[in-house]
Amino acid sequence: MATDKFQQIRFISPVGSVGGGICSDALDEALAQAPHFIACDAGTTDAGPFSLGMGIPGFPREAVKRDLSLMLRAGRKAHIPVIIGSAGTAGGDVHVDWVLEIAREIVAEHHLCLRTAIIYAEQDKAYLKRLLQQNRILPLDPAPPISDSVIDSSSRIVGMMGVEPLQQAIADGADFVLAGRCSDSALFAAIPLMHGFPPGLAWHAGKVSECGTLVCETLGKGVIFTTISQDEISIRPYGDGLRCTPLSVAAHSLYENSNPYLHRECSGTFDLTNSTFEAIDDVTVGIRGSEFIVEPYTVKLEGAALAGYQSIIVGGIRDPHVIRQLESWLAGVRSYIDESISHMLGDELDKSSYSLIFHTYGINAVMGSFEPDQRHLPHEVGIVLEATAPTQDLAHKLAQLSRQPLLHYPIREWKGSITAFACLHNPAVVDRGPVYRFTLNHVAVPSTAVEMFRTHFIDLCDSEK
Amino acid sequence: MVLADIATLIRSKNAGPFILTFDILFADLASYRRVKDSGALNPAAFAKLYRCPIEKVRFFECENALAFKFSIPRPLTQGELGDGDMHGGQQFIPLINLEIP
Repeated sequence: MATDKFQQIRFISPVGSVGGGICSDALDEALAQAPHFIACDAGTTDAGPFSLGMGIPGFPREAVKRDLSLMLRAGRKAHIPVIIGSAGTAGGDVHVDWVLEIAREIVAEHHLCLRTAIIYAEQDKAYLKRLLQQNRILPLDPAPPISDSVIDSSSRIVGMMGVEPLQQAIADGADFVLAGRCSDSALFAAIPLMHGFPPGLAWHAGKVSECGTLVCETLGKGVIFTTISQDEISIRPYGDGLRCTPLSVAAHSLYENSNPYLHRECSGTFDLTNSTFEAIDDVTVGIRGSEFIVEPYTVKLEGAALAGYQSIIVGGIRDPHVIRQLESWLAGVRSYIDESISHMLGDELDKSSYSLIFHTYGINAVMGSFEPDQRHLPHEVGIVLEATAPTQDLAHKLAQLSRQPLLHYPIREWKGSITAFACLHNPAVVDRGPVYRFTLNHVAVPSTAVEMFRTHFIDLCDSEK
Repeated sequence: MVLADIATLIRSKNAGPFILTFDILFADLASYRRVKDSGALNPAAFAKLYRCPIEKVRFFECENALAFKFSIPRPLTQGELGDGDMHGGQQFIPLINLEIP
């Protein structure tokens, strides 16, 4: 790959997440600036543990196909590699294969031929248990407890890869790198690091570019175009009305990070303490001074396990007498439900194996113990009852048994039978299917940077099928 | 004057499934300095607002971004049964009315 005799390297970050909706005009405009590669993140834990646990992507297939098609065609037009990481939201093997199927359709429809590196990031449980035994799985802060049974009970565990597996794929001639779970910044840092650009700048460029136009002053339709030289990153958007400002770029390093200065990657930490941000023109910002500290190699693990099956009931309460004593009233409702469950389902379900949670919208449902306003009572309260049990059938029955007590549980203020709960639906019970929980906040210490990841090369061509 | 009168954005968000992070951003250096010099924004004040142990509160002053940041462990891991804010986006409210003398 020619990088102007390594004077600078340029890349496009077309969108914050594959499926988010690439602005194709802006992509064309940026493509005319002779980029050396296109990279895009496709995953996140932001939506919760379900995608990882269940093996289901978070974006609609059509949206992923449209964006992937735009990127792969742009890559072929400019003869530059396209790198996709954290495929299918969670970056498990099933997620990677889902995106691969979409890519097959795209190459067939557009008569493309792509030397494709598929890098799987899902972890073998026996391998992880060996690492655990050797004290080579370390907790981050805070971390849930880890044991062989936590590893076994997780439905899927992925390792977040660094630049090394991507670099190997590029060095072996990949036009298209389709990676499982991967550090967002690594997708953009891999090629600049191969060409000897300063690690602090390469990583920081990835960090500020990976969310697409979120780094701009105001979010809008466009792409990010980033250039790295030996002493500076310059970052700018293409897209109507978009601009990067020193403040917008500096502030972006805060977003979704617990520490604004230090960002841990597999091979070390990039340190933005001494970074400076200056306007180059109205829309472009120059960054200098970012550093990288090499540290012992670690790979972050993400795991999700089945928490149970869930059914819910949605409704509301308007009666001021009930709202005034909602907490104690719901405690009464709960005991009543617990008692009927014990009578009717006691053989199948003991109290420790199910959960009933009332989310009381209007009273602390959103902030719980953080709620500063403990005084004001609303005129209306929304209630979501969540019943979780080991099977969907039991969760459904739990919710069914909850409806009558919610409707009719008495209060002292009214004599006779009341109906205190305004049920939204009939049937009242909505089955939500399986629900998952995150099981790990740990890093693994592998022997090599690539041993946790499996790379397969295929020629993804029009005639391949 | 309260914090929301001076800041251009107060926000909360997950930083991964186990940590909540809070950003307070300003439009200009004068506003940032006004809050910094007041001394009102500090780990002890945050711990009091959120009824959490002060040793769990991490605090950062980022002058180049005209921003302050707090990070704390999530009271419930993201998506755990009972978690009512999957993205952690609505947890910044107590900061709004923090008195800036």
